[in-house]
Amino acid sequence: MKPSLLDVEELWVHAGPRRLAGPLSFRVELGQFWCLVGPNGSGKTLLLQALSMAGGAAARAVRLGGRLLGEWPLAELACWRGLVPQQLHDAFAAPVLDVVLQGRHPHLSRWAWEGRTDRAMALACLERVGLSRFANRDVLTLSGGERQRVAIATLLLQDPPLAVLDEPLAHLDLAQQIRILDVLTEDLATGGRAVIMSVHDLSLAQRVATHAIVLGGAKPLAGPVDEILDGETLTSVFGHPLSRHNALGRTWWLAN
Amino acid sequence: MNVRAIVLPHTHGPARAVWLLLCAGIVCLLVFVLALACGSNPIRWADLPRLLFAADASVEADIVHRLRLPRAIAAATTGALLSMAGALMQVLVRNPLADPYVLGLSGGAALGALSAIALGTAAWTVNLGAFIGALLAIVIVFGLAGPDLGRLEQVSAADPSPRLLLTGVMLSALAMAGVSLILTVAPVERLRSMVFWMLGDLSGAIASVPALLSVPLLAVLSVLFGRELNLLLRGPGAAQLLGVNVRRLRLLIYVAASLAAALSVNTAGTIGFVGLVVPHALRLLIGNDQRVLVPASGLAGAAFMLAADTAARTLIAPQQLPVGAVTAMVGAPVFLWLLSRRR
Repeated sequence: MKPSLLDVEELWVHAGPRRLAGPLSFRVELGQFWCLVGPNGSGKTLLLQALSMAGGAAARAVRLGGRLLGEWPLAELACWRGLVPQQLHDAFAAPVLDVVLQGRHPHLSRWAWEGRTDRAMALACLERVGLSRFANRDVLTLSGGERQRVAIATLLLQDPPLAVLDEPLAHLDLAQQIRILDVLTEDLATGGRAVIMSVHDLSLAQRVATHAIVLGGAKPLAGPVDEILDGETLTSVFGHPLSRHNALGRTWWLAN
Repeated sequence: MNVRAIVLPHTHGPARAVWLLLCAGIVCLLVFVLALACGSNPIRWADLPRLLFAADASVEADIVHRLRLPRAIAAATTGALLSMAGALMQVLVRNPLADPYVLGLSGGAALGALSAIALGTAAWTVNLGAFIGALLAIVIVFGLAGPDLGRLEQVSAADPSPRLLLTGVMLSALAMAGVSLILTVAPVERLRSMVFWMLGDLSGAIASVPALLSVPLLAVLSVLFGRELNLLLRGPGAAQLLGVNVRRLRLLIYVAASLAAALSVNTAGTIGFVGLVVPHALRLLIGNDQRVLVPASGLAGAAFMLAADTAARTLIAPQQLPVGAVTAMVGAPVFLWLLSRRR
């Protein structure tokens, strides 16, 4: 049998020595869009980091492409999964295009320099997130939302089968949120990628997700979105009455 | 502190690197020739090739071969080593204000050298003392903060590696306390040479073979690991995610930059400002690709040090200034000017 892209078995999310959430078991296949929801401090970021970095409990509980995370060489792992962190901090000035070009690093040999093809690919990725005019701008002058879209462009250029994004929509305006979701789902349709993304807006999660993970309840939940996201569960997890509404042919979540 | 690049690159890739390095190399060569020609006993440019390549028994040939050539080579070597070490340290601690001595190396070196001077041992032991002191500082800082080299903190944390930096600063403070103690109790007639050593002085300096060899070695290393250095500069977490072994890379930078600085200190004492100003200024001029920046820093640093030393020899000739005083006098205003023209 062909191994799943990501196979998580009995994973505990640790915050330092403390067990925060678990045990979690789920399988991610190519073409699936997983949304991770939960209240603040429920371990969303830690789970995403555990899934994308080798080390700790994840090294033995997570298999990527059938191989334990701890057994992947770093350079090879970078061709398989990419992470867009929640916050980015730049200490030095750099043109936006150069920041995006870093996504090519795992695909180039030590002797290679980024060439014309790489630059064209980077520009195409900037175009997809709507920032092609920003190629020569200094990354330090970008707004929070623009910087986040640059990070997403870097991930697109890295082109990993497993894309992990930590609240990529947090700083984006409504139109850009939809643009980024469209960009992410476009690549899923070709079957070349799976996405795991944490998000606070349940309506946005409902819009794109095929599967969902809910942290913060008595037990973490993971599975197909229709089985996981229901009013009763979410109300108890968030500690606030939440209700589902249908309008414009979509499902929306509102806090009562 | 963030500084915008004044000139964002317009052309790219190896061609631009070769072009920039060629320009820097030509400047460096011109200053080198200038350093040979100038001095309390000026030599005509037209005579230089003959004196260099077909030396006769004249006084001029003697001056060029016995005095100016070794000194110019020592100046170029220390300038190149300090500038490249500075550029690498700025990557290591992710701070554009770092210099080669930021991790406590100068304190250890000064303590070693001044102990040797105070004991009144032979001249060569002073440099050896400085080298041993610098090595000790490197080992102690690594022993205390070494595990931090592999720490990624949060994947996106702003924090570079504060324990490394603070350990270096504290060790330096401790060593400088020892230095003050030596300065207080040392015999008066030795104070002058102590002060000269601490300022950095190239008179009678000879570049050792390891120092000479490490210049091209450092340049080649920084080109080979250039893309990884660029990634590390953007953040250790992001770099690791893109396949860089952050711990190994930081260890490599730490050892390479520290050894380069120690070799330079071994040649000419703790000359300041070169390792801070040259990479910083170049970053503003040619951008922040380490594959270009580090080798270019080497060439520009060599040129800067040659010019500073020529000035130190000629400004109040036949008296000589310590070259460190000149680099500080020129370096500090230039640095302030660069800061003030930030947009």
